[in-house]
Formats: sequence, structure tokens, C-alpha cells
Amino acid sequence: METEVHEAAGAAGHAGQAVGMPQLNFDYWPNQIFWLLVTLVAIYFLLTRVALPRIGAVLAERRGTITNDLAAAEELKQKAVLAEKAYNEALAKARAEAQAIVAETRAAIQAELDEATAKADAEISAKSAESEARIAEIRAGALQSVTEVAKDTAEALVAALGGKSDPAGVDAAVAARMKG
Amino acid sequence: METEAEHTGLAIHPMDQFIVKKLFCHTESTAPMNECTTNIHWYDITNVTMWMAIAVLVIAAILVLGTRRRAIVPSRSQSVAELLYGFIHNMVEEVTGHEGVKYFPYVMTLFLFVLCGNVLGLLPLSFTTTSHMAVTVPLALMVFVGVTALGFMKNGPGFLKMFWVTSAPLAIRPVLAVIEVISYFVRPVSHSIRLAGNMMAGHAVIKVIAGFASIVVVSPVVVGAVTAIYALELLVAVVQAYVFTILTCVYLRDAVGDAHH
Repeated sequence: METEVHEAAGAAGHAGQAVGMPQLNFDYWPNQIFWLLVTLVAIYFLLTRVALPRIGAVLAERRGTITNDLAAAEELKQKAVLAEKAYNEALAKARAEAQAIVAETRAAIQAELDEATAKADAEISAKSAESEARIAEIRAGALQSVTEVAKDTAEALVAALGGKSDPAGVDAAVAARMKG
Repeated sequence: METEAEHTGLAIHPMDQFIVKKLFCHTESTAPMNECTTNIHWYDITNVTMWMAIAVLVIAAILVLGTRRRAIVPSRSQSVAELLYGFIHNMVEEVTGHEGVKYFPYVMTLFLFVLCGNVLGLLPLSFTTTSHMAVTVPLALMVFVGVTALGFMKNGPGFLKMFWVTSAPLAIRPVLAVIEVISYFVRPVSHSIRLAGNMMAGHAVIKVIAGFASIVVVSPVVVGAVTAIYALELLVAVVQAYVFTILTCVYLRDAVGDAHH
């Protein structure tokens, strides 16, 4: 076994048992370099044929999707702004219309009211004229009655006082008093 | 015999984890260096092969299996894949500019290999492929040679203007040129040693500290220390993958990016 070890160590270029730095054992180099090249070529083909195009495509697709979505969102936002504008316009228009209707209605009511007032005024003045006529008539009637009552009273007083009644004199006296 | 002495005492073999072994090889020997760990030919199937294959499978699981539904609203696994993709894609675009984006698959390959190698290496009993200079040096050389060749193909001899710092006074430009050239050629060295050194040191330290766990008095401290260092190593594994990749991008910028330096 000892000889074997020494042979092996000798073949590895080292004296005795020491391993030393295997990194500096140049017997290993051809093997390592060969497999390194094989590995690098394998990784390179794995990357260029499959992995990198695929990941690149996925990333590009995602970027595209995000851009499209942002554009769509922008468009929708524009639409929303337009819709809001239209809504505000419609609201303003409706308000104006409502105000117009209110004014119109107010004017109509005012006109009706004015007409009714005028009619009522006319009626009132007609009625008061009539009333005044009747009052005048009544007043005239009353004056007549007062004259008659005064005449009768005067005649009765004259008769009671034992005098001879003189209708003409009584009339004249009453007339004179009524005027006064 | 030396072997017996080591097995009876405090046996700490921090470097044994880095030994390359043939798979499908049986040995009676208990020594770290035996017939399964020596005379390894370039075509032998070893633990390097296995852990690199596992890295490929993990990458496939994350990037291919995770994205199989191609959902607009991603699942968790798809998010991870997209996160990795976006992270490296942004890094390449930001560091090298728009021109460099076509080298993104290469950078992504390097990043995923290093990341998986580093993180898988943290599994207990695993083999850390990126702790070997045999792996990181070819990686760094590929970047170095690739960037240099690309620089000359894109800019022609104008690529050499990179070493001639026009913003400096004329007198010191030759000196700066020498320094620039040296620093340019040191790049692959630092690029590869940084990664392998970080990985190797961390794993060796964990192993050394864990070796003391057989001493009863200190074992609670050891468990705590190993846990803390493990957390640190997890961070180091990710950060070193990031550093390796961003340096690759920085070097790439010299070749494809704007001429100003």
C-alpha cells in the first residue's frame, strides 16, 4: 500500500503524502479544461436556443401588454372626461330650460292674475257705483220722509196748540228749516 | 507509517476537497492520492464532469423549466429566471453600451457558469469547479483573447490608441503607455486568480475550522464559526460571480464601446 501511495503521489508530481494544492497539479488540467469547454458550449446552446429567446419574448410581450393597457386606460380616461363634460352640459341645459319654464309660468300666472285683478277692479267699481246710486236714492227717500214727518209733526203740533193749521205756511216753514 | 499517524490524530485535510477524482473507479487505498486521483486523462469522467453537469442541469431547471409557461404574470421560478436575465442584460447594456448587447449571451453563459459553480460548491461534499485555476484561467483567457480580437476587428490598429492616454501631458504618455500595456496583460491573471483564490480560500478555511470540531471543548464555537463563515462564503460566491461578470463587461467595453478611455 505504501508503494502504491508513493507511486500515486509520485505520478501526481508531489513528494510523499502531501496533497499540496490540487489546483497546481497540472495532471488535472486537460481534464478540467476539456469538461469546461463542453459545459460552456452546452450552456451557450441552452441559452441561445431556448432560454434567452423565450425570456426575451416574455419580457417583450409583457412590455407590450403593459403599454397597451396604459394606452387603453388613457383612452378610457379621455372618454370619462368627455362623458363628464357632456353630463355637465346636459345639466346646464336642463337647468336653463327649467329656469325658462319657471319664468314662462310665472309670466303666465302674472298675466292671469293681472287680468283677474282688472276684472275684479271693474266689478268692484261697477258694484260701488251701483251702491252709491242706491245710497243716493235712499238718501233722497229719507229726505222726503223727513219733510213729510216734519210737516205732519208741525201740523199736529199746531192743531194741538189750538191753532188752525195752514198747510201752505207749514210747508214753507219746514222747507225753510230743512234748508238750514 | 505517516498515514496511520494522520488518521489517529487531528485529521484536517483542507485541500483534499479540491482533488479531481475519476468517477466509476474503485480503490482500496485510503490515501488522498491513489489510482483514482492520478493519471487522469482529458476524456475521463471525473467529479469535475459531474459538478459541471449538475451546473448545466440547474441552469436548465431555472431558465428553461422555470419559464415553460411563458406567463405574462410570472410564477416564482419564472421571476427568478427573468431577474437573472434582466440583471445581466442591464449590466451589459449599462457597462458596454448599446453596441455590447449582442454579446449578452456570452456574458450570460459566463455569469451562470461561475454563479452555479460557486454556489453548488457550497453544498457539503461537493466539488467546487470554480476553485480551480484550470477552470478560471481558460475562462479569463477566453475573455482576454476574445476582447482583444474583437477590439482589433472593430477598430483595427486604432485599438492600440487605448494605450496612448491623450488626456495626459505628452511627456508622460510613453510611461503611461507602458503601464497601460502591463495592466492590460495582467488583466487575465487577476481576473482568474481573484475567482479561484476566493473560492479556494473560503472552502479551505471552512474545512480547517470544521476540523477542530472533533475537540469537544471548542466544538460549539466551531459550529457557530462554520455557520458564520458559510454565510459569508455564500455572499462571496454571489459577489465573485458578479465581479467576474462585470469585469468581463468592462473589458468588453474597451473593444466595442466608445473610444474614450
